[in-house]
Amino acid sequence: MDYFHSVRLDREKCKGCVNCIKRCPVEAIRVRHGKAEIMEDRCIDCGECIRACPNHAKYAERDTIHDLTDFAYTVALPAPSLYGQFRDNVGPGRVLAAIRSLGFDDVWEVAFGAEIVSQATREYVENNRNPRPLISSACPAVVRLIQVRFPSLVDHVIPLESPMQVTASLVRRLKAKETGLGLREIGIFFFSPCPAKVTAVKSPVGGLRSEVDRVLGLTDLYGDLLRNMRQERPCLARADGSGIGWGSSGGEQAASGIENSLIVDGIHNVISVLEEIELGRLGDIDFIEAQACPGGCVGGILNVNNRFVAGVCLQHLVRDLPKSSSLAERLRQLGLEQVEVPSIVVEPRPIVRLDRDLKKAMQKLQHVNELMERFPGLDCGSCGAPTCRALAEDIAVGKATETDCIFKLRERIMGLALDTYNLAQVVPPAMDTRGINKVGGGKKGAADTSGTDSGAKT
Amino acid sequence: MIIANSYDVTLSVAGHDFVTAGEAASQIKRTLETLNLPPKLVRRASICAYEAEMNIIIHACRGQMGLRVTEDKVAIVAHDEGPGIANLDRAMEEGYSTASEEIREMGFGAGMGLPNMKKCADKLSIKTKVNEGTRVEIIIYLPTSEG
Repeated sequence: MDYFHSVRLDREKCKGCVNCIKRCPVEAIRVRHGKAEIMEDRCIDCGECIRACPNHAKYAERDTIHDLTDFAYTVALPAPSLYGQFRDNVGPGRVLAAIRSLGFDDVWEVAFGAEIVSQATREYVENNRNPRPLISSACPAVVRLIQVRFPSLVDHVIPLESPMQVTASLVRRLKAKETGLGLREIGIFFFSPCPAKVTAVKSPVGGLRSEVDRVLGLTDLYGDLLRNMRQERPCLARADGSGIGWGSSGGEQAASGIENSLIVDGIHNVISVLEEIELGRLGDIDFIEAQACPGGCVGGILNVNNRFVAGVCLQHLVRDLPKSSSLAERLRQLGLEQVEVPSIVVEPRPIVRLDRDLKKAMQKLQHVNELMERFPGLDCGSCGAPTCRALAEDIAVGKATETDCIFKLRERIMGLALDTYNLAQVVPPAMDTRGINKVGGGKKGAADTSGTDSGAKT
Repeated sequence: MIIANSYDVTLSVAGHDFVTAGEAASQIKRTLETLNLPPKLVRRASICAYEAEMNIIIHACRGQMGLRVTEDKVAIVAHDEGPGIANLDRAMEEGYSTASEEIREMGFGAGMGLPNMKKCADKLSIKTKVNEGTRVEIIIYLPTSEG
């Protein structure tokens, strides 16, 4: 499948342990030949395996700041959660000045686009009574999770572009106009908190070209930023608290002001909520803010700060920020009347587990059930699959064998050992003297070898 | 090997057990997903299965859920030993419920179970006898191979 994945494996570092396979929410990893292999058609780039790997063998592919020279004019787009990565007395003016000093011509907060998307989300929820609940599309890992594992819920996803794309599109147009350069001569660099947003740039949902040109990880530039935290440029801060609040769980709901909402973070928690929706529950809720990382974007693996500390920093920042003029007023100052948030198309991409053909699938599922009765059910992962069930499915589709299970292998060895032992007891009839003293004689052929009784035991 | 023409699952459901509520429906859903049936169909069947399972848990002492997948349809049968339905026509009305106050306080028994099943199923047939039990059969047809 021609599909970009940002979550990658460093083969050198991988020890072939089972930590990542157990944590993957879509069972997309198998250990083969001593290394973790990611199944590309299943992976949703959520980064859970990066979090789980004790050897740091999983990493998020991203661009580097050296790409600045590819463009005539460059703009940095920090994600809202970036403000949570510094002490809470460091305001937006200083952070943004430090980012710009890395070599960018300008810097724009994605939080500004988040304000625009918040408004559009509210309108969408008000104007579309069906279905319920509606689910935010802001977290790309959640959107991909729905496409792959909950394909029947794609209609529940609010089909609006993300704040990142909205900000990038807006800034590209403004800057092209301001500088007289072509649209593609403007380089938009997004500071991402997570691999899922790297994928969202390289392979956008719906297949449209991304408005973001390059994606950077804060982890790569954190030291440089800290060293450059000297200037204070309040004029660079354009977003208000509601947009910045998007950086942690609950911020999106607060900014959109949709009261009848449910907020869920952490991919395994998101899964349990989606499971309920699939069974027809939670239909009395209007809006679900769902984020794959624990705590929201501040919990993203490309962020640096402890996520709890980052969450508090962000809260304090939002609380202490001086009130800015309305979004409409700030847009007017930029010469814009209104910014349309483009829609996206969220297609189902269900995993083919056993077979596309129903008859064959039924046969294979029957096989899976038979295997499940024989397997120990420990879900130990030693076979390289996350659960006994996953191994059984792999066997049913011909990707594994029963003796990949060490318990089944042990049984087979035990069986072989017993067979070997039993075979060792067998004496060819020509040499078998057992039972020779029995009344009625021994076996045929052994009868004549009298006098050489080897003392066949009883 | 025998070529399977159908796939069957039978699950038992304990009445008044809210701890495991939804597990039978989840298992039915997982089975249909594993068989690679169309997502929308899986959703409709899952909703029916969940509502049927909740009806057993809310109203009956014990029951059983059966799933049969054949090449042309998905059939879910839920039958229970329970109070039966005294007025089936009323039970099909949205919002009509015989669930106790306690159960409604828990957020169940909103009187949407049977109407939801009717919405999601292609065919819904109910046989019921007061003080004996109820048998609900839900049929959802598979799209033809072109579809």
